[in-house]
Amino acid sequence: MSDVSGTETPEADVEAEPTEEVAPDPHVLDDLHTELVARFGNELGVAVLDQAAVFGMPVVRVRRIDWRRAAEVAKGALECDYLSFIAGIDWMPAPKEGGDDAGSDTSAPVQPQETTYGAAGSDGRFQVFARVQSTSRHWGLTLKADVDEESLLVQSWVPVYAGADWHERETWEMYGFVFDGHPALRHLYLPSEFEGHPLRKDYPLLARVVKPWPGLVDVEPMPGEGADADAEADAATTEAAT
Amino acid sequence: MISLGSVHGLLALDIGWGTTLAIKTVIILAIVPLTALVLGYVFLLKMMSHMQSRLGPMDPGGFHGWFQLVGDGIKFIQKEDITPAQADKRVFALAPAVVVISTFLVFLVIPAGPDIIVKDLNVGVFYALAVSSLSVIGVLMAGWASANKFSLLGALRAAAQLIAYELPLLLAVVGVVIQAGTMSLQGIVAFQSTGSIFGWNGIGFPLILTQFIGFALFLVASQAELTQTPFDMPVAESELVAGYMVEYTGFRFLFFFIGEFGTAFAFSAIAATIYLGGWALPASWGIPLGVMRFLGPFVLFAKVMGVAFLMFWVRFTYPRLREDQLQALAWKFLIPIGLLNILLTGVFKVAI
Amino acid sequence: MSTTNPPLPEFDIDPRAFRHLADAQVGVELDTGDMILNLGPQHPATHGTLRLVVRLDGERVVSADPVIGYMHRGYEKLVEFRTYPQITTLINRIDWLSSFANEVPFIDAAEHLMGIEAPPRAQYIRTILTELSRIATFVLFLGEMGLQVGALTPAFYGFRDREHVLNLIEAATGVRRHPHFDRIGGIKDDLPWGWINETRTAMKTVFDACDVFEDLVAGNEIFEARTRSIGIIPPELGAAYGVSGSNLRASGVDWDLRRDGRPYLVYPDLDFKVWTHPDGDSFARYWVRLQETRESARMVVQMLDQMPAGPIMAKVPRIIKVPEGESWVETENPLGQMGYYVISKGATGPFRVKIRSASFSNVSILPWLLRGVFVPDVITILASLYFILGDIDR
Repeated sequence: MSDVSGTETPEADVEAEPTEEVAPDPHVLDDLHTELVARFGNELGVAVLDQAAVFGMPVVRVRRIDWRRAAEVAKGALECDYLSFIAGIDWMPAPKEGGDDAGSDTSAPVQPQETTYGAAGSDGRFQVFARVQSTSRHWGLTLKADVDEESLLVQSWVPVYAGADWHERETWEMYGFVFDGHPALRHLYLPSEFEGHPLRKDYPLLARVVKPWPGLVDVEPMPGEGADADAEADAATTEAAT
Repeated sequence: MISLGSVHGLLALDIGWGTTLAIKTVIILAIVPLTALVLGYVFLLKMMSHMQSRLGPMDPGGFHGWFQLVGDGIKFIQKEDITPAQADKRVFALAPAVVVISTFLVFLVIPAGPDIIVKDLNVGVFYALAVSSLSVIGVLMAGWASANKFSLLGALRAAAQLIAYELPLLLAVVGVVIQAGTMSLQGIVAFQSTGSIFGWNGIGFPLILTQFIGFALFLVASQAELTQTPFDMPVAESELVAGYMVEYTGFRFLFFFIGEFGTAFAFSAIAATIYLGGWALPASWGIPLGVMRFLGPFVLFAKVMGVAFLMFWVRFTYPRLREDQLQALAWKFLIPIGLLNILLTGVFKVAI
Repeated sequence: MSTTNPPLPEFDIDPRAFRHLADAQVGVELDTGDMILNLGPQHPATHGTLRLVVRLDGERVVSADPVIGYMHRGYEKLVEFRTYPQITTLINRIDWLSSFANEVPFIDAAEHLMGIEAPPRAQYIRTILTELSRIATFVLFLGEMGLQVGALTPAFYGFRDREHVLNLIEAATGVRRHPHFDRIGGIKDDLPWGWINETRTAMKTVFDACDVFEDLVAGNEIFEARTRSIGIIPPELGAAYGVSGSNLRASGVDWDLRRDGRPYLVYPDLDFKVWTHPDGDSFARYWVRLQETRESARMVVQMLDQMPAGPIMAKVPRIIKVPEGESWVETENPLGQMGYYVISKGATGPFRVKIRSASFSNVSILPWLLRGVFVPDVITILASLYFILGDIDR
């Protein structure tokens, strides 16, 4: 319950203004994007698994086998010629830093340990998501697709958007998704012999493992602390006592 | 051809040609680095800085940092001499020497006074240009022997460029030679000093008045010969990072530096000599030869500074041309203009 | 205080096994026909640690392969372990020349999720600082593109004229770069006394500087010979590669997120022109940024005239916990389109942040763009695309 201000008394009169206002829904799509989603749904039909609106931006989840077809539809029928990015999401909850026994530190965030999925839901742990926009129609669309945890196979967008090359290389490198149809999946950021896929939740942040948060604060003890200083303090007190 | 004195007259002593040769050698060996230093300090450090709205060196030496380059020279001398492991050692060591030797050889024919010249060859200007092109060999040697792809790229670009721009240089000078009637530098100076424009000999007859096309040509071509922007593809700093000189450190790099600025001085001196009258003031002013023996070097120095100012000003302002544009400029634009200049000079020389 | 490390938690991989990777080489085939030239990672023209493995046939490029990642700091992993205020400190350093502009989309995304709206004065100050960052970045570009092409002097003018803007940013935020000034709900401090007049004077200097650059660099025949028809990006291909910002507008695409995207900051209240150029070559990219610098200066003056009074911070809880949800905010940063996709699960820090940086996509077009050009043109193209390594490598 919210009250407008302390000085106003709620009126019992029917004509009084309601004390609780309904805030406008921040997620509602404007007309342009509503039309976009409608056209997209028409073209793809049953391939669309779920859709949601996130602060005025449509998010559509498509079937895994229709990932490239979704790109073709976006580029062709919806005139989305601009590829913003392709990336991955790992929905597994992050293991608690320092293990289950570590104390909690308010400066380090603690993520919930239950697995929940975001806008437009998900089938499993991994998802690939991408954003395409139109430079002429000024609309944009976020697409998501689930990635099978065992095979990690995703259709590549390189035949549709030439710029998908580097984005897919990075996503493979960070998550391990294998893009079927990509000309040469090799490392982009990391050295060639790197093993592992760093952005997965079960891959540790090595800096925090080697030196746990908040790290070593002082390398040398301050004067007045440490073993030598203790001995000096003892000597001083004994001297003062005598 | 008018003679303006002899070396024995200068010293009024009978000292023999060996001692004379030794004295002249020492003077040249001292003067070339000195000129490089002066030019480098005034234009490279101070003028460039002021044009870029900064001050340049101010501390070394107290007064506006005049000691900076001397200090740099000392620094270079005491640096470790590094030769790349895969470099061809003898060629690597010889390359800077070749470049510097060609600079020294040009200074042999530059007159600084009535008798102040090492040897007044009667093919003076021809000799100067021929010998200055020896540096191309040095550049190629440096680029190849450095065992570095960037150096090689720079050296090949340099070779193509230097050879291409020899021709406009020569064509410009031919115009002067036609007018002056002699290739000897002292002769050209004398021609300008004692000449007259339509009967008025108030300022003599500096050849720049009729050879202005040639002067422009000479300046552009000498800019290219010195691999200075806008023709500094071989040493494109933002691409090849010093090009053919990149593997050179310490004393060897100092040689290249002296070679570059010494040659800049040499070319400016030749330009000042053949177009502006060199060390001479107009003969009609009646200054006796003895005074000119003292004043000559200063007059020449002033004129050289003027020409060098133009060269360095362009260097710090313009971006660089790509080699194909550079070559196109030389072959399709400058050489035809040079030939036209010769044609016009010849016609006017005969007709007037 | 213990000086020994606690025992490693149970993971499948031993992280100490990766220390040797600092020496790993990127595999490049040795070819005996053409020459392979390594431009970088230490090279004056590559704006940082970008390595271009270029295969040359004489002076022509046969193929070019950018190798990035020398500055990869793992931002997307780092932010998963940090709270929102801590992240604001980090993301300044993605595009370090226009650092304030990096904070804006992230803070905007967090504010969307929290349902907080910053007060108008804070929005105005944010926009002014963003436009000042844009001016600072572009003025430097105008100078140093001349330097890459060979003219030594414009670079110094670029640095000198950028000082005016950096002084303003320092007066407002306390530091010349990496201000860490944006906060969820508003900004850190109000503007100091006299800042508005100083900014007006500084904008006049910016206009003068732009005129100087137009004469000295853009009007120079040699510069035009070096940049016209070099590195033409066709608009459809540019869009497919994700090239954004001034690069795409120089190919004739009339698209500016300040005007055409979802409204953010105070751009809907401002009156400004979006500059495009039909050619798509390096000269066009220079020209577009020159005009945009002037336009930014005009926008700053407009905003100074329109700036409202009021609070600079909305009511925000002390410990910031962002409710569950997803949010995407994209902005027109100086280098191009930058966006943050923030997935939050209600904790004090985000669950996943996808950072879409402009230079990553701008540089991805290089293998296509550099085929068949001369080596000097490679430098011109790199300079005209204007990427920042931190933006590529994150």
